[in-house]
Amino acid sequence: MITRGFQGRRRGGAHESRLPPGQYDVGDGFPVLSAGPTPHTPLDRWDFTIEIGDQPAARWSWTEFQELPHEKISVDIHCVTKWSKFDTLWSGVSLDTLLGSAPAPMAAFVIAFCDGGYTTNLPLADASSGKAWVVDTYDGAPLRPEHGGPARLLVPHLYFWKSAKWIRGLRLLDHDEPGFWETLGYHNRGDPWLEQRYSGD
Amino acid sequence: MVGAALQRRLTWQLGRVIAHERETPKAWRISFAVDLGAWLAGQHVDVRLTAPDGYQAQRSYSIASAPEAETLDLVVERLEDGEVSPFLTDELRIDDQLELRGPIGGYFVWQATMAGPTQLIAGGSGLAPFLSMLDHHRAAGSDAPMRLLYSSRTRDEVIAAERLAEHRARGIGVEITLTREARDGWDGRVGRVDGPMLEATTFSAGERPLIFVCGPTAFVEKVAELAVAMGHAPNMIKTERFGG
Amino acid sequence: MDTVERHRLDGNAAAGRLEDVFAVEMTTVRATCDGCGTTAVVAELVVYADAPGTVVRCPSCSAVVIRLAQVPGSTWIDLRGARTLQIPTR
Repeated sequence: MITRGFQGRRRGGAHESRLPPGQYDVGDGFPVLSAGPTPHTPLDRWDFTIEIGDQPAARWSWTEFQELPHEKISVDIHCVTKWSKFDTLWSGVSLDTLLGSAPAPMAAFVIAFCDGGYTTNLPLADASSGKAWVVDTYDGAPLRPEHGGPARLLVPHLYFWKSAKWIRGLRLLDHDEPGFWETLGYHNRGDPWLEQRYSGD
Repeated sequence: MVGAALQRRLTWQLGRVIAHERETPKAWRISFAVDLGAWLAGQHVDVRLTAPDGYQAQRSYSIASAPEAETLDLVVERLEDGEVSPFLTDELRIDDQLELRGPIGGYFVWQATMAGPTQLIAGGSGLAPFLSMLDHHRAAGSDAPMRLLYSSRTRDEVIAAERLAEHRARGIGVEITLTREARDGWDGRVGRVDGPMLEATTFSAGERPLIFVCGPTAFVEKVAELAVAMGHAPNMIKTERFGG
Repeated sequence: MDTVERHRLDGNAAAGRLEDVFAVEMTTVRATCDGCGTTAVVAELVVYADAPGTVVRCPSCSAVVIRLAQVPGSTWIDLRGARTLQIPTR
């Protein structure tokens, strides 16, 4: 039943053409969605690992990660819970740089793994070619823990659950392994412009 | 069949708004006519709102009226950045219909058959389920000793002040503490709930009360921790967090 | 407490969604965490409800006990993290 007078938080605004179907502009807000407690891994114990299958293939400490070439990224982000946020500013390391350190000719899929146990899966094609980063600043400041700091994945062309918070590494596989939400009724790829919210969409 | 449960699937029912009154600057009491069957004091309902394009938002609210009451009442605190509460407080009108599901819960409930001392501790709009319990205590003529400790930011934000005064007048221990102001003429307590305040206002561990704590997550966890430190058994402390 | 911890709820907040699936009152059900073996009533489990779905965690070790997502046409539920559910006979 439609509730008389209820619109939700929806606003169209000036950026209508940049809103994927069914999304609304959250404006200056930046909602925090979380499936668990915020991890607080000390930077001297933080590392980032690339695994090929179950074998470690590359590893960076926090200091080493800082020395990798960082890019500035300005993108719109889209959450499956229907908010979108325009012109978000990040900086981080391209996945092309990270994956270039661990050649894996057989790999076709990537799983991001995180502190707290969260996982999400991506076809390699969505994780490479300048489409994905591991970011460690937001809006010019170190990424705050509640937004995924010290570092999170950023895959802005897919729904934001793919941009895993508190990322600690990538696992390269020759087959697909659906992640935390992808195994619970959410779409395996999650393209907001095709409104791929749920499995079967 | 011995032990067979009378099972009833939860379904969404339409509730019609009978009354919609501002209780405090931030809280509204909304009364519904709805056929959800009998409820227990402390249970809650889910409220579901649906936009014209199918978008839905769902929240849980404690039932604030006694099982004996004619209407199912909710106390809704208006959260500035909220999606559901500003709709319920600002947009909802008498005779509007809302989808409700319930009654829900069997843990955070008090029934008049429970004869032991009962301590209620509320933070802010966490008072709502206790309004149901206090009214049920009166309606059922219960002899169970019952006390309420209620933490409110300011005097203006005290919900159901008159109803609480009625319960105090019939012998319920009602203690209200204000955490953000101590205005002239306030004869209640002042300051956040802490160990000494619990010692001074609530049943002692030796009296083995059943303790209910409801409010913002940080408040509930602090109070539960203090109660355990006072010697209350953890399994005598029932908590309900509504976030913050 | 950060924003996430302030928004953390308990099993009372997941009770409607769970009862919708199990058709019995769920807050008094005793769940045993498959991770650490802790047993608690569902009302005392930790709930994160503002993620895409509802995630119910162990109050002792934070492991996921129950995951639940309502998507159009279905409810998905994952009980791998619950070693047992003890449901009172009524």
